[in-house]
Amino acid sequence: MERHFDEQLQTLKLHLMKMSALAETMIGDAIRALVQRDEAAIPLVYEREEQVNRLQIVIDEMCLTMIALHQPAAGDLRFIMGAAKTNAELERLADQAVNICNKAEKLLKEPPLKPFIIIPEMARIAREMLHDSLHAFVNRDVAISRDVLVRDDEVDRMKAEITVELAAYMAEDSATISRALALVLIARNIERIGDHATNIAENTIFVVEGRDIRHHADHRLAEK
Amino acid sequence: MTPQAMDAIVTIRDLNLHYGQFQALKSVPLDVRTRKITALIGPSGCGKSTLLRCLNRMNDLIPGCRVTGEVLFEGRDIYASGLDVCLLRKRVGMVFQRPNPFPLSIRDNVVFGLRVAGIRDRARLDEVVESSLTAAWLWDQLKDRLNEPALDLPLDQQQRLCVARLLAVEPEVILMDEPCSALDPIATARIEELMIELKKRYTIAIVTHNMQQAARISDFSGYMLLGEMVEFGLTAGVFTSPKDKRTQDYVSGRYG
Repeated sequence: MERHFDEQLQTLKLHLMKMSALAETMIGDAIRALVQRDEAAIPLVYEREEQVNRLQIVIDEMCLTMIALHQPAAGDLRFIMGAAKTNAELERLADQAVNICNKAEKLLKEPPLKPFIIIPEMARIAREMLHDSLHAFVNRDVAISRDVLVRDDEVDRMKAEITVELAAYMAEDSATISRALALVLIARNIERIGDHATNIAENTIFVVEGRDIRHHADHRLAEK
Repeated sequence: MTPQAMDAIVTIRDLNLHYGQFQALKSVPLDVRTRKITALIGPSGCGKSTLLRCLNRMNDLIPGCRVTGEVLFEGRDIYASGLDVCLLRKRVGMVFQRPNPFPLSIRDNVVFGLRVAGIRDRARLDEVVESSLTAAWLWDQLKDRLNEPALDLPLDQQQRLCVARLLAVEPEVILMDEPCSALDPIATARIEELMIELKKRYTIAIVTHNMQQAARISDFSGYMLLGEMVEFGLTAGVFTSPKDKRTQDYVSGRYG
């Protein structure tokens, strides 16, 4: 029997999807500002940040109210708790996009250090991880969630690679230090985006299977 | 929704009620908002059913019962002399804890009030039977069984038949005194979903000793204790951040 509560669950899912879509766009705009040196993209990121923050409050209030008024149990309870946690991940993830944007703003005032190869690729993967992890959460898809966990290794590897490359630039020419450091920090921001997406994926596995797989190195093998 | 929809169709101020020497209600206020569900919660004996019965003067039937204070229905004092109490009870109908269909057929239950009012036109009665049973989510199940005895129905259908009987006389307010107490959880869930549907057209006031039920379905909640209205407000507020410690204790299960 479809219940009034089920309509509210649907609304909660729609809010999360909207928040995720905003965050994805923010990442895209921040990277475009950086890589294509598109200044016009910068204010768009800050505008969307405000929308994300408002949604965070709405979603938290909904989760609190639904627990208080409907006493959800089992899967419903895990979903609402998972939604509250995913909400927090999305907001911090959006903050990372803002951080990238802040640094891009400063970098645009100086000539580019080097052609962008690794950073845009990292950002593309991280953005897809966000998209996939949130849709997997809403659709209770454990397979896609596990795949997101695996892709995080690639993002981590690329961050290590770009860090080594930028360290070499800094060692060779001290005039590049401020730009190179900013890019190292941007790579860290992107890596954090990937981490937040994996947290969302872990939430999904908790919601669907009732298992808490955080902090377990063998989570990727769990399916086999 | 018009601005008036958020107005109170029933307003109570400073209501005091005595059963003989015993004071059951003490300066109670209440606003029952139009096309919303208002729940009265509280421990046994707190006065919630007594308060509900004041809304359609069912307490008049109790010997020794004295009421002072103001009960306004659409702005008019229902305790004013000369008020047509039968008309009041048509417009403010009641569903009771134990389903109480008449020992008649399903059809005759629904049209009873209309027949008493002198309506005999067969086509009109048939139309009311269908629309009332449909509104109570019974038409599909019962349309081919309208001449069967109402008392043969399972309890939750009997209760919904009582709702249909009430809807047939076109009330504006539906009072429900622990309507699900006699029902199992699934039957309760059906009645709750029906109430949420009904509030699109009717104002509902419900007394329940099951506070989770109040939390699930009501828009406004009033917590009563020993004849007083301790706290009244939006249900979401009462159950997430109540203002009174006594309310906090009750909703978190620490009462008694």
